[in-house]
Amino acid sequence: MNKEVSIKVCMGTGGIAAGGVEVIASFEKAFATAQIRATVEKNCSLHKVGCRGFCARDVLVDVIIDGGKSTYEYIKPDMVERIVNEHIVGGVPVGDWLVKDDYHTFHDKQVKVVLSDCGEVDPEDIDSYIFRSGYEAVKKVLTTMSSQETIDVIKASGLRGRGGAGFPTGVKWDMAIKAPGPVKYLICNADEGDPGAFMDRSVVEGNPHAVIEGMIIGAYAIAAPYGYVYIRAEYPLAVERLHLAIKQAKERGYLGKNILGKGFDFNIKVKLGAGAFVCGEETALIASIEGKRGQPRAKPPFPVQKGLWGYPTIINNVETLANVPYIMRKGAAWYAAMGTEKSKGTKVFALTGKILNSGLIEVPMGIPLREVIYDIGGGIEGGKKLKAVQTGGPSGGCIPSSLIDTPLDYESLGKVGSIMGSGGMVVLDETDCMVNVAKYFLEFTKSESCGKCVPCRIGTKRLLEILTRITEGKGREGDLDLLETLSSDVKTSSLCGLGQSAPNPVLSTIKYFRDEYEAHIFEKRCPAGVCKDLLSYSITEQFCKGCTACTRVCPAGAIIGEKKKPHKIVQDICIKCGACFETCKFKAIKKG
Amino acid sequence: MEKKLEGIIARYHENEGNLISILQDLETEFGYLREDAILWVAERLDVPPAKFYGIATFYAQFHLKPRGKNIITACCGTACHVKGSERLINSLVKELGIPDGEETSEDLKFTVEKVNCVGACSIAPVIIVNKTVHGKVTPDKLMKEMKTLKEGKREYTDYI
Repeated sequence: MNKEVSIKVCMGTGGIAAGGVEVIASFEKAFATAQIRATVEKNCSLHKVGCRGFCARDVLVDVIIDGGKSTYEYIKPDMVERIVNEHIVGGVPVGDWLVKDDYHTFHDKQVKVVLSDCGEVDPEDIDSYIFRSGYEAVKKVLTTMSSQETIDVIKASGLRGRGGAGFPTGVKWDMAIKAPGPVKYLICNADEGDPGAFMDRSVVEGNPHAVIEGMIIGAYAIAAPYGYVYIRAEYPLAVERLHLAIKQAKERGYLGKNILGKGFDFNIKVKLGAGAFVCGEETALIASIEGKRGQPRAKPPFPVQKGLWGYPTIINNVETLANVPYIMRKGAAWYAAMGTEKSKGTKVFALTGKILNSGLIEVPMGIPLREVIYDIGGGIEGGKKLKAVQTGGPSGGCIPSSLIDTPLDYESLGKVGSIMGSGGMVVLDETDCMVNVAKYFLEFTKSESCGKCVPCRIGTKRLLEILTRITEGKGREGDLDLLETLSSDVKTSSLCGLGQSAPNPVLSTIKYFRDEYEAHIFEKRCPAGVCKDLLSYSITEQFCKGCTACTRVCPAGAIIGEKKKPHKIVQDICIKCGACFETCKFKAIKKG
Repeated sequence: MEKKLEGIIARYHENEGNLISILQDLETEFGYLREDAILWVAERLDVPPAKFYGIATFYAQFHLKPRGKNIITACCGTACHVKGSERLINSLVKELGIPDGEETSEDLKFTVEKVNCVGACSIAPVIIVNKTVHGKVTPDKLMKEMKTLKEGKREYTDYI
C-alpha cells in the first residue's frame, strides 16, 4: 500500500459539535486495523457554510489520495469504517455519501482570499501554513521593502477596515508611521461581538498564522514593537489555537527580537475580553486592556495620536489583518481588480437564519444580494418567502426583499439604510416579525450600553420600552413618531458607535415595514404570528389524535387530555412558548 | 485559599492593567467571585475593593453569586433568536427550577445563563451543556438532554 493518503476533518466549533472528535477517533482506529500510513489532519475552517463554509453539512471530510480529493458530508463516526475499507483501501469512493452538486454551487460564486487556506491548513501546525506559502510575505516585506513602501502597497490595494467602519487601512497605517515613536502598539480586534457573526472566530480557529503574519507586516509598517490580540473569552478554541500559533511563530523566529535578522522586534500578547460588546469599540477596547471598565471616550484624540497607555496605537480587525499577507504576496493590483471602485477586494459574510445553506462565505465586493441568497445560499429553507436580510448586526438595518438586487458594498448598503458591518447576514422569512427583530436588537444594545453617556444609557432603554409595549399590544397613537424622533436624538448625541448605531434597526424596520408596526399598534395584531401577547394557541379537536406528544413537551403543564382523546390547552396556564405547535405531527394546533 | 490567591497574584505582579486578568483567574478558580477572595487581593495589592467591583459588575463574564454544578449556556444571538432560542430558554428555566430573575437553581445544581452569541450561528439554535456544544436544538432534544442531566448522567467535561 503505497498511496499517500490525507484526510481532512472539519474541526471548528461547528464540526466538533457535529461529532468531529469522534470521527477522527474512528479514522485512527480504522487505520490501525488496516495498517495504512495516513495523516489525520484536523482542519477547521470554513467550508461552504459554517466553518469550512458549510457548517450545516458537518461533519465534512476530505479524503485526498495522491492529490485527488473527494469530499464527504454528514459523516458520523460509524460511517468511517466503510469509507476506509471501500474508498481508501479499495479505491472506490462511497458514492452516496459524497457531496452533491449543491455543495459545488455553494462555492461557485465565492472568491476565497482570507478563507483560501481555511479548510486546507492544519491550524495547529505552522508547517502546513508554510507549505502553502505562509510567511513568504513577511520575508518579502522585511527583506526587500521599507515601512513606507509597505504602506503604499496597502493603500493601493484599497483595503478598508473589515470591522465595519470601512476606514482605508493604508491611510490609517500612514498616520501611525508619522506618529512619534519608539513606543507604538498594533492591536488586533478579535472581540467579534455582533450576534450572528462568526467570521473572525473561524479565521482565528482555521488559520491563525495568517492573522499573525498580517500583524507582523502591519507592525513593521508602522514601526510598532508591541502587539496585542484582544479576543473574546467566549471563543475558547480560537484562544487556544492562537496561543499555540504565537508560540510556534516565535520558535521559528517570526516573532521576538531581530526578526529575520532585520533589526525589527515584535511580540504579540493575548488579552481576553470579559464579555462586553462595547469593548469592540476601539477606545473601550483600550480601556479594557488597561484593566479598567470598558467605557469609550471622546475622539479626537484618536488612538493613533493617543492610544494604549497614551501611546500611538493602531487597531485593526482580524479579517483586515488576514488579508494583508495575501495582498503583499500577490500585489495591490491583484486585490484592487476585485470588487467595485470604492470597495475593493472580498468580504467574508456569516450567512445564517432562515437560509437553506447556512454558513460562512467569501464573495467579491459588489456581488448582488440576490446571488448570495439564491445562488450561494440556496434560497429560503422550507420553501418560505424571503422577507428581509439583516446586515451589520445590532448596528445595522434590514434590506427588504424588494431591494434584493442591492450590491454588497459599503456605499450601496449605506444608501438603503443599512451598513456592511462586520459581516453578519441574517435571513428573515415571512414567519419573522420585524417589530420583534427591532426589539431583539434593542434588548441587546440596551444591556450592552456602558452607561457613560445619557443619550445611549437612557435612550436605548426608552426605545426598548416603547417597542416592548407595542409587541405586548399596548401600542399608542404617536408611538411611531416618538420612536423616530428619539432614534434621531440618540444617533446624533451618543458618545460612541454603540449608541450612534443602536437605533438603526428601529429606523430601518419602520422605513420598510411600517405596516407591521401599524398592525401591532392599531389592530393589536402580529401579522407574522410571533409576538406572544398577541397570539394564542388552541387545539382543533377533529385533527387531534390524543398522542400526548404536545403534553410531553409543554413546559407549563398547560395541556390536558386523556390518551387517544382530543386534548385541550388551558389558556390561563399557557405561556405561549410554541413548543406544542412545533411538535404536533397532525397539524392539530392552531396559532392565531 | 490564600495559597491559591498568592499564586494568582504572583503571575501578574509585574504587569500593570491586569485587574481584569486577576478577576478572570479568580472566577476560574472558585467558579465565581468570592467576596473574601476579592478583599484579600485588594488588601494585598493596595487597590480599593471598589475598583475590583467596578470592573466585576461591568463585564458579563464575572459572577458575584455562586453558580450551579451544571452550567447550561443558551445562546441568544440573532440567528439563534430567529430559530426559537427564546422558547428553549423558557423551557429550560421551568424544567430546571430556576427562580424568576435568577440564574441558578436554589439547590445550586443548575445555572442557566444567556449569552450574546457563541459564534456557531449555522447550527442555530445552540445550547451548551457543561461545555459541550449542541446545535440545531429542538424542544424535544432539549427535554431529553435535560432529563439526562437531571438524572446525573451528563458529566462536566473539559473538552472545548
